Parts: sequence; C-alpha cells; structure tokens
Amino acid sequence: MLNYEIVVIGGGPAGLAAAIEAKKNGAKDILVLERDMELGGILQQCIHNGFGLHVFKEELTGPEYAERFIQELKDMGIEYKLDTMVLEVSRDKKIRAMNREEGILNIHAKAVVLAMGCRERTRGAIRIPGTRPAGVMTAGTAQRFVNMEGYMTGKRVLILGSGDIGLIMARRLTLEGAEVLGVAELMPFSGGLNRNIVQCLEDYDIPLYLQHTVVDIEGKDRVEAVTIAQVDDRYKPIKGTEKRFDCDTLLLSVGLIPENELSKSAGITLDRITAGPNVNEAMETSVEGIFACGNVVHVHDLVDWVTEESRKAGRNAARYVSGALKNTGNKISVQGIKGVRYVVPQEIRPENLTGKTEFMMRVDGVYQNVKLVAKIGEEVIRSVKRRHVAPGEMENLMLDLGNIDPKNLNNLTIELVQEEGA
Amino acid sequence: MYDITVIGAGITGTFIARELSKYDLNILLLDKENDVANGTTKANSAIVHAGYDAAEGTLKAKFNVRGNEMFDEICRDLDVPFKRVGSLVTAFNHEEMETIRCLYQRGITNGVPDMKIINQEEIMELEGNIKEDIQGALYAKTGGIVGPWELAIALAENAVENGVELQLNRPVTAIKKGEEGYRITAGNSTYKTKIIINCAGVYADQIDQMINEKTFEILPNRGEYNLFDKSMGNLVNTVVFGCPSAAGKGTVILPTVHGNLLLGPTAEPIDNKEDTRTTFEGLTTINDHARDTLKQIGFSEVITSFSGIRAKVETKDFIIEKAAGKEDFINVAGIDSPGLTAAPAIAEYVTEMAKESAASMGMSFNKKETFNNRRTPSIHFMELSRKEQEGLIEKDSRFGRVICRCENITEGEIVDVINRKAGATTLDGVKRRARPGSGRCQGGFCAPRVMEILARELNVEMKDVLKDGLGSYILTEQTK
Amino acid sequence: MEKKEMICIVCPVGCHMEVVRDGKSKDGYEVSGNQCLRGKVYGVKEMSNPTRVLTTTVKIREGKLPRLPVTTKGAIPKGMMMEAMKTINQVEVKAPVKVGRVIIKNLLNTGVDVVATRSMEEEARSQSQKVS
Repeated sequence: MLNYEIVVIGGGPAGLAAAIEAKKNGAKDILVLERDMELGGILQQCIHNGFGLHVFKEELTGPEYAERFIQELKDMGIEYKLDTMVLEVSRDKKIRAMNREEGILNIHAKAVVLAMGCRERTRGAIRIPGTRPAGVMTAGTAQRFVNMEGYMTGKRVLILGSGDIGLIMARRLTLEGAEVLGVAELMPFSGGLNRNIVQCLEDYDIPLYLQHTVVDIEGKDRVEAVTIAQVDDRYKPIKGTEKRFDCDTLLLSVGLIPENELSKSAGITLDRITAGPNVNEAMETSVEGIFACGNVVHVHDLVDWVTEESRKAGRNAARYVSGALKNTGNKISVQGIKGVRYVVPQEIRPENLTGKTEFMMRVDGVYQNVKLVAKIGEEVIRSVKRRHVAPGEMENLMLDLGNIDPKNLNNLTIELVQEEGA
Repeated sequence: MYDITVIGAGITGTFIARELSKYDLNILLLDKENDVANGTTKANSAIVHAGYDAAEGTLKAKFNVRGNEMFDEICRDLDVPFKRVGSLVTAFNHEEMETIRCLYQRGITNGVPDMKIINQEEIMELEGNIKEDIQGALYAKTGGIVGPWELAIALAENAVENGVELQLNRPVTAIKKGEEGYRITAGNSTYKTKIIINCAGVYADQIDQMINEKTFEILPNRGEYNLFDKSMGNLVNTVVFGCPSAAGKGTVILPTVHGNLLLGPTAEPIDNKEDTRTTFEGLTTINDHARDTLKQIGFSEVITSFSGIRAKVETKDFIIEKAAGKEDFINVAGIDSPGLTAAPAIAEYVTEMAKESAASMGMSFNKKETFNNRRTPSIHFMELSRKEQEGLIEKDSRFGRVICRCENITEGEIVDVINRKAGATTLDGVKRRARPGSGRCQGGFCAPRVMEILARELNVEMKDVLKDGLGSYILTEQTK
Repeated sequence: MEKKEMICIVCPVGCHMEVVRDGKSKDGYEVSGNQCLRGKVYGVKEMSNPTRVLTTTVKIREGKLPRLPVTTKGAIPKGMMMEAMKTINQVEVKAPVKVGRVIIKNLLNTGVDVVATRSMEEEARSQSQKVS
C-alpha cells in the first residue's frame, strides 16, 4: 500500500491546478494520476486560442495554457504517474489503479481530489436515426485525430451541435482542406460563444441552421449523405423541411457529460442537473475528504474558471489534511430556482467562510435585462443586473455570507428576475 | 476440392461449420462480409428462448427446445457469456391472460420444461420494477440471454482451430455444377466443393436460385433496438416479453449478458436487405412499450440504437432441406427467431443430413480424433482475481494498460483478440470480441488507441484501419 | 454603398450591428446597433482591416506526436488565412521543440512570426504514428 496525503485523479487543467495549489498550501506528499500518455488533458488538443485571459491576463492556446501548469507542477516536484488508470476509489479513500510498469497499485490517501473531467455525448444519447456507418464521430475525437495524430476524418463534413467544440472544428477542418457544409443546431440559439460563430463560421461562409436536427444518415460502410430538418417548438422534425447533404462525415458536438463513474464507486451523491457531485464551499463532496473540481463537477465554458475552482479544491484539500477545515454540521443548502438551472456549490458551511464566496450557475434560457437575485429565506442579500444571459455562458455571483447569524441559518436561493420596464 | 462449403458465417453457418469440424472433412466457410457474425447475428434480441412460442409440430418448435438444452455445454466449452435468467410473458388484461395460458399449453406440447403461470405477487418478487397492474405472467425458467456474436465468433474460432478454412469478403456471385461437384465464384476467388450448405441468411434465396428452381423467398423484416447504459442494467432481472398479439410478437425488455438493458425489436417488412437504419418512429415505439410496462426507466441513458434484418419466409417455419433432386445442396433458410436458440440443434440435424448425402455420394464422413471442443480460453481481465491480474501483468505488461475507460479493457485483451484464429481486423471486430467502445462513450476516447494497436498488430497504416466493412474507412489522409 | 451586418464579439452580449461606409464620419464608417464604444471600434476594424490569429499545426519528426501545434504571434489579415495555411503546411520541424520557438519568421511579410505552442520531447511512438 502506497501512502499519500493527497491523491489527485486526473492530470488535466483541474487536476494540475488542484495539485499545485495543495502544495502551495502546505500539503507534502501529492500524487497526480493521469490515464492519458501526457499531462494537460483535453487542452492538448484544443490548439486554438482564447484561454487564459482571466488567469494569465493574456490570450493563450490550449497547449500553452496547459504547459504553464505542467511546468509549475514539475518545478514544484509534485509526483505524477501517466498512462495510469484508476479503477476504484472507496469511501475510506483507498484507490486501486493500474499501469504497465507497476501493475496494480493500492494507494491510501488522506484526501482525494476528483478531477476526471467529462466526456462527449454520443449519437445514442440523442437518438439520431439512420444507418451506422464509419464517419459519424464526436467533434472531440475528430479534434484529437486532426490536431494531435495528424489525420483528417473526412472531406465533406456536416456538424450537428453548435457548441464551441463544433464551431472550432468547423474552422479547423476548413483550414485543413475539408469542406464544411454546415452546422445544425437543435435550439433556436447557439450554445457556443459569439466570437466562435463569427470567427469559425461566418469567416468561412459556413451556414448555421438553427432549430434543425439530423433526421437521417445514409451509407452502409461510410457516411454517404446526411439529412437535416427543421424542428418545431417541441424539437420534433417538421415534415417537408428536410435538406439532404452529400457528405462523408457527421461530427457531433451535442454536449458534455461529467465522468463520474469513480465518484459513484465511492458512493458520492450526485446532482441531478449537473450530473456531477454535490459540493460544499470547500469543493468537498458528500464523502468527507474527497474533493472534486472542474468539469467532473459541472461543465465549464472557460478553462480559466476550471482553474479557479480547482485551486479552491486543492487549497481546501490541503486544509483538510492539516485539520484546518471545520465541520460542525452546520450547513446552508444552495439552490437555483426560477430560471437558474443549478448553482455550484450546492451547500455551504458558514464556519469555513472567509471573505466573499463565489457561486457559479447556469440559466435555463436566453434572457435580456435581468437580475440575478440571491436570497436567504425571503431576505434579498444581493441583486445584480445582467444585460444578457444565456445557457451557454456560465454566470458567477460573489456573495458576502461571512456575517450571517448562525441562528438565521436557512436556505440560500438564487433566481432570475426580469427587470421592470424591460 | 472441398468436401463441404458452408455459405454464410452467421450463427447458423458457424454452428454448422464447427459441428462438421468434428469430422475428417475438408471444410470451407465463406462470408461476404469483412468479419464473421456481421449480419443478423450482430443485431438481434440475444435471447435463448424457452420454446413455447413456435407452433406445435414445426421445425422451430423442435429445434428451439432441443437447442435450448444444448446452450450450457456449448457456452461453457467456448467460454461465451450465457445466463439462464428465465423469461416472463406479461399479461396486463384478461385477453392477455388467455394468450399466456395458450402459450403455456403450447409449451407443454413442445416439451418445454420448468414453466408456470405466476400471479401479480410472484411477478413483483421477480421483477419489482414492472407496473403493479400486471395480472399474471408465463414464467419459463429455461429462458436465457447470450452474447450472440461472441458465440458465433467463438464457434468460427473453434472451427478454424479444428481445421475449417474461413474466407471473408467473399460474396458468392455464381454457382456452377460440374462433373466433380460445384464451382463457386466468390469475390475474386473460385472454389470447388462436393457439398454446399446454404446458410446465407437474408440472401439464402438468392444463393439457392443461383443453381436451383425457386422454391422459397426471403422476406426481410427489420427490427430496431435501443441499448442502455449499465446504470439501467438492473431494471429487469429476466427476459420480459410483452404479450404477443395479432399486431406482433411483442416487444422485449431484457438485461444483456454484459449488464446493459436492451429494448426491442420492432417488426417492419422492408425491400432492401441492407437497410439497417433506425427510425424515429421505431425507436419511439419500443420506448413507449417500456414506459407502459416499467415503473421507471431513464431514456437519456440510451448508449446506442441499432437494427437487424430477419430472414422471414412465407411458411413461417425454418426451411432445412435438400434442394429438389439434389443430394449435395442443403438449404438452411428462413432462420428467424428462434434461430439463435435453435442453431446448435440445427447444426446437429444438418450434419446428419450431410452425412446421408455423403454416404449416397460415396464420400467418407468419419469422426476425427483430434477434434478439440474447447477454444483457447478468452481473457476478461477485470473479471479475474487480483492475484490472476497481477500474474498476467507480470507476464505481459500490456495487461496493465487500460485502453477502454468505460469497460476497463486492457491492451493485452485487445492484442489477444486480434491475434486469435478468426481474429479481429477492424475497430468493430475488436469491439465485438473484447468490448472496447461498447460503453457509454462509444469509443470516443479509445477508438484512436485501438486503431493504433490494430495498425501495429496487423502491420498496416493507421489510415487503413477500418471500422467494419471494406469501405468503412475512418481516416481519409494525413494532414499537411 | 458598402454596408455590413455583424454580431459584435467584444463581450457576451453580442450586439447585432450594422456598419455603413460613411465618408463624412471620422473613422470612415457609421456603426449602429452597438451598445457601447468598444462595439464601434470593433465594427470599424472589421470593415477596414479585419485580422485574426491563426492557430494550426506543423509536421514534426521524431516527436512523441506527429504534429506540433503553432500559432501566429499576432493577428494577420483575415483574407490571408488560406495562403498562410499553405505556407505553414510546407514546414517540417524536428523534435525536441520548446514552447515559443519561432517556426516561421515574418509569415508572408506580415511581420508576424509563427511560433510553437507546446514543447515536445523527442520520442518515437509506435510505428504507425511515424510521419511519412
């Protein structure tokens, strides 16, 4: 049995930031376990820029952003194992992992940080009809092939889903010589950033078909054609609106799902909406001493926020190990209501609050001129104006909860209120 | 010159080829696809039926009951996943209660053991997630679930280990009768053979008519399925059939041998034998059935949908007979449900027919002593004890490298299925044998790694690694 | 009259703007639909001289991967993207490479360099990964 103070599962942006921050806060023996062949996670395939504006105050590409953390981790002498798969995490923080060189590893940790990230939603989950040929692939898999392995995945491409990965791949494949015929989006608005719609689609005259979905895939061995159709308000395809594209590839960018199989094996409570663990102000899950951060908790749209959140998890894991994290059983539950789909953290322990607490949330639709209103019970503790909110853009709210009288312990809610006259 | 050529390496063809490999014969197994088990065998309900369904006196009834008995031994010998979980035919009203009583009677006539009609309380004990307003069910303890393509692949592998020659990508386009048996044109090759056994599934009529007068026609019928993540795998414990009616045989809800949940099939006559598409309507129909039957089910947990084409015939019974006036041409056609269950019994029967034909042709047909009924044991790393796991990694460190994160499949297991007889040559071939890519991410993470291993083991370029069929390329070219 | 509709990408609000050529205006363009000044600046730039940062890859020999990610060290004219790709695609480097290394100096006389966006050690992966 190997013993560590903190084991971080996952060496992507979340795991790297958590490990570094834990070390900075006094944790000594830290081990990062990464299943891929190098550190950096999905950032290594995100070769486009737009990362780091918040954390580094400059615009970096994914690999550059990753490398800064990887270098820092190495400089600090934090131990890591690559190509190592964690098979099981238990409630008492025993970890079973495996790799080629060392075989099966049994590790005991005082604290664990879960940072496994997320995976892409697949064709099955969204019930696309048609045949099942080669050439239907998630955008992230194609991104890895093109950017890291150096292979094209097709010549004439249609993309379903206008999330950022889909948009980024539309541009990327165009630059590498493929013909991108269009991007279909089920919703009436794109889930991606405006900047990506402009720079990835409009710059290259790639049409965006809003309120459209794929209704047929043809081809036995390889995709030969894909048909899309407009959908009605209940997302049902409308007959007669079909458009058929001769193409060899359909890329799917239809959402990300936190990877919580290990969390489940440890008996951690998951949030029904985020599909990630419920966490408290310390990013600690329902199992004491097991922390979680990054896309395993909820899917972020900016890596900078992943870094921030993961630093918090790392810092608190270190505090937990040193006994500085308090747990008297006092809790305030946090809930998103009326237009706010979820809020992270889902729970706070007032005794651990120092200064302001940050809450991250997503709204359930596109709204203009609204207020995010935080209440304890019926009392409004903060109200912030937002000119524009959308499900694709995570919102955050800083709340000063430091001076809540423990006697007034009650639930905290955050809701969306339409501004009067707007 | 081959003694016997089996056309079609689906479940029927592989069972027959493997049965024949017990004899000292020169056997050829041909298939038009790039892998064995690539037709109906890879897309069906994966059920070992008890045998109360088929009409009394039919070949289906006879071979279903006999075949069912044979599964324990064959699956043990070939190390194929098989579970006798039992099956239920549900009845939610008076009319359906009548139907299941008829089925029970038919089962008795057909010789099905261990059946009984159980009441609501007994059902709830077996299946707590079935809706409370169920009235009764026909419970057949001998019903089971199996990995159908794993079985056909194991049979092919064992047949090849016992001397059968397997040739893939050989669509048969012509059969000519010469002085010394038949000449078969298949792909770019021609083969001479004394006896032909036609197990060509939905194409059995076309193969038959290359040389014989038309006596039957295959009526392709498509069935669509939804496969759910393992998180839904324990919603039912047994194979839960909807009650058959005039509208059809009823939809099935069942656990798979790997712990997933399977819903299906629909039944739709189609014209094109390759039309394996799924449709909004079809998938909605089977989901609706599950919603009507179960207390709870999460439809967002579907990991894949697929459809299979069943080879129905007008008479609704199996056609297992010699072509008119020919001793040396045996048709095994119209093998739709319960074809998978019946296949071992069909193989036994067809082997006897072939033996008679051989005798009449003066061909020898003797058991060989070297037949090995067990295939090289397969490796399921995660199912081994810790000690066995450690031992395996010690011996070959590739067992320490997990390639498929969802199903925890190691590089060692993938290399093993590539290097076996009748081994995997494609991404889907690896998936059908060792399961990487059959989990919730559907190969999103592991496909590039599996392709890399295939390229290395088969000594081909990465971009020449195929998904499944010959035209199913995944990568087009290198960038730059 | 030269005129273009565009979505402003300066902030998440995404104003739908119309930019019209206007000789009398100081910037040469009239911008409408913007809710702030930054939108106006963006609109004029998009009309007069739209530029973009180009991120792509180059071939790399003997690296642990067959492609090395690169970026232009500043924005280049939008209309030059495809030409720039052609030039960048001709380049092949050899591992090891350090992040920030200049791969192409003064790309197409834009005054902008192309640099590596990651370090890559020397390492031969499996045979199939070799760049042919």
